[in-house]
Amino acid sequence: MSSQALSQIRYMTQRQLMQIVRQPVFLVISLIQPAIWLFLFGNLFREVVELGGFGTTSYLDYLIPGIVVMSALGTSMWAGMGTLEEIERGTLDRFLTTPVSRSALMNANVVQNGVATAAQSVVIVLLGRAAGAAYPGGAVGLLVLVVASVLLGTVFGALSNALGMLVRRRESIIGINTFLLLPLTFLSSSFMAPSRMPSWMRHIADFNPVDWAMVAGRSALNGEPDWGAVLGRGGALLVLAAVAVGLSTRTFRSYQKSV
Amino acid sequence: MSTRAPAVVARDLIKTYPGDVTALGGMDLAIGAGTVFGLLGPNGAGKSTTVKILTTLTRPDSGTATVAGHDVLRHPGRVRRAIGVVAQKSGADPVATGRENLLLQGRLYGMRGAAVRRRADELLDRFDLADAGNRRTEGYSGGMRRRLDVALGLVHRPEVLFLDEPTTGLDPEARTAMWDEIARLAGDEGLTIILTTHYLEEADRLAERIAIVDRGRIVVEGTPDELKGELRGDAVHMELGAEGDAGMIGAALGGLRGVHEVLVEGRRVSVRAEDGAAAVPVLLAALERAGAAVAAATVARPSLDDVYLRYAGRRFAEAEAAVARQVPALTAAGGNR
Repeated sequence: MSSQALSQIRYMTQRQLMQIVRQPVFLVISLIQPAIWLFLFGNLFREVVELGGFGTTSYLDYLIPGIVVMSALGTSMWAGMGTLEEIERGTLDRFLTTPVSRSALMNANVVQNGVATAAQSVVIVLLGRAAGAAYPGGAVGLLVLVVASVLLGTVFGALSNALGMLVRRRESIIGINTFLLLPLTFLSSSFMAPSRMPSWMRHIADFNPVDWAMVAGRSALNGEPDWGAVLGRGGALLVLAAVAVGLSTRTFRSYQKSV
Repeated sequence: MSTRAPAVVARDLIKTYPGDVTALGGMDLAIGAGTVFGLLGPNGAGKSTTVKILTTLTRPDSGTATVAGHDVLRHPGRVRRAIGVVAQKSGADPVATGRENLLLQGRLYGMRGAAVRRRADELLDRFDLADAGNRRTEGYSGGMRRRLDVALGLVHRPEVLFLDEPTTGLDPEARTAMWDEIARLAGDEGLTIILTTHYLEEADRLAERIAIVDRGRIVVEGTPDELKGELRGDAVHMELGAEGDAGMIGAALGGLRGVHEVLVEGRRVSVRAEDGAAAVPVLLAALERAGAAVAAATVARPSLDDVYLRYAGRRFAEAEAAVARQVPALTAAGGNR
């Protein structure tokens, strides 16, 4: 990739990150929400850990990767709203009449979403630490968790962008997101150890990318990491992320044709 | 000027949108470099689609076009470097300041360091935004935002500037200010400006040449004066001191050279004259001799509305209303106008 393309991606990414930072309401909400989840679910389910199968005696330790991944999902799936707004405001068309490369526009979306998700994940990890969670997997384990949540964020950020460009209606994005958010979250190991889930649910969870990210992160954070699970789930996420980005790039081309 | 290569050449552009909406049905254009060229037509006539093709945003179904000597289909990158685009909604970033918007725009064209900062300051000064340059654009007034839009289009010193409906939605004061800005831009060395508008007055005032667009094609092209001149004749309206004898007045005026279509309605007398200003003293003298004293006289030049009527076969306002009926979704969404 040429240095010019890289600097274009940098400028476009900076622009988007600035939009997040300068709208403190969104920033605060995206951090307070995980804190509330941490507090609510951490207390509500505190004792389920005694059922066994969680791999730890502290429910908080079990819960943190779930909250990190859930938050990555919850933030990224709204990316399409931003894209839609830029289309409506005329910003996207303005960029399209400049020499900026088309791939820089798309890549900046991915990079921006990744940076924001990583930052959010780190803050939740720190919040968890302050609340008394332990991370036996150490720095490597935390890195795996953050990378897994960034990959998941990439998948849903790219799909959401594709949806925004395709349907061009806020209501559709809201509808699909609210429809998907709870099933994706609860049909996963976010709150309950897989061995304690009904078997049909466990089978569904095996196909849920949200669960892949949680399993990868949780395995790596464990005192004795299961690297097979980490690499398997992580690899699947990587492939899915590539497919989603490819799809959103294709949608971008079809948007250009519809102008 | 005539020796320079044309800034824009379009041949037989055809563009159809899904649902069999024909936006362009064979658009031909030739725009000389260094001129202000007005594309005038009602909403939905095809002006914006033409601009979208010329600015590489969309591709025609068939036809060719070059802008600043570059083919829009084969070398869109070169076209993009040569043009500045001020779209109807050019979407300055609301949470960024005016200066930041300009800096980013400059950097997208590869401008760097002190050069791009100097250029941003220069444009903020020029467009009377120096005081607001460090404020977020979400707090700008409509006029300020529009001036910033134009500044964004000029950052990289383009050869050809597209202004798509530059004053739509502005209050009269901001509109007059924008007209002054555009007139100043027109004085810039070598800058070609392509202005689309559905305001007759705007085209008349700013454009050196005008093409009237109707139903996806150009129906007539020329300087505003040429277009109006072709209608041959001004309207002269006179108000008599007292009601006169219609027959006598008709006889007195009908024989005058260059005067046609005498119409007497009570105290009002209207005629069409080839040269309104020259005809007034002759008309007054003739009426005097016929014993009718004239209290007031006005001369009306033919307007672009008259021109539009002649070439498009309908009044401008009717055409706008027709488009609104035809594509209600389009106009309601404020979209592809």
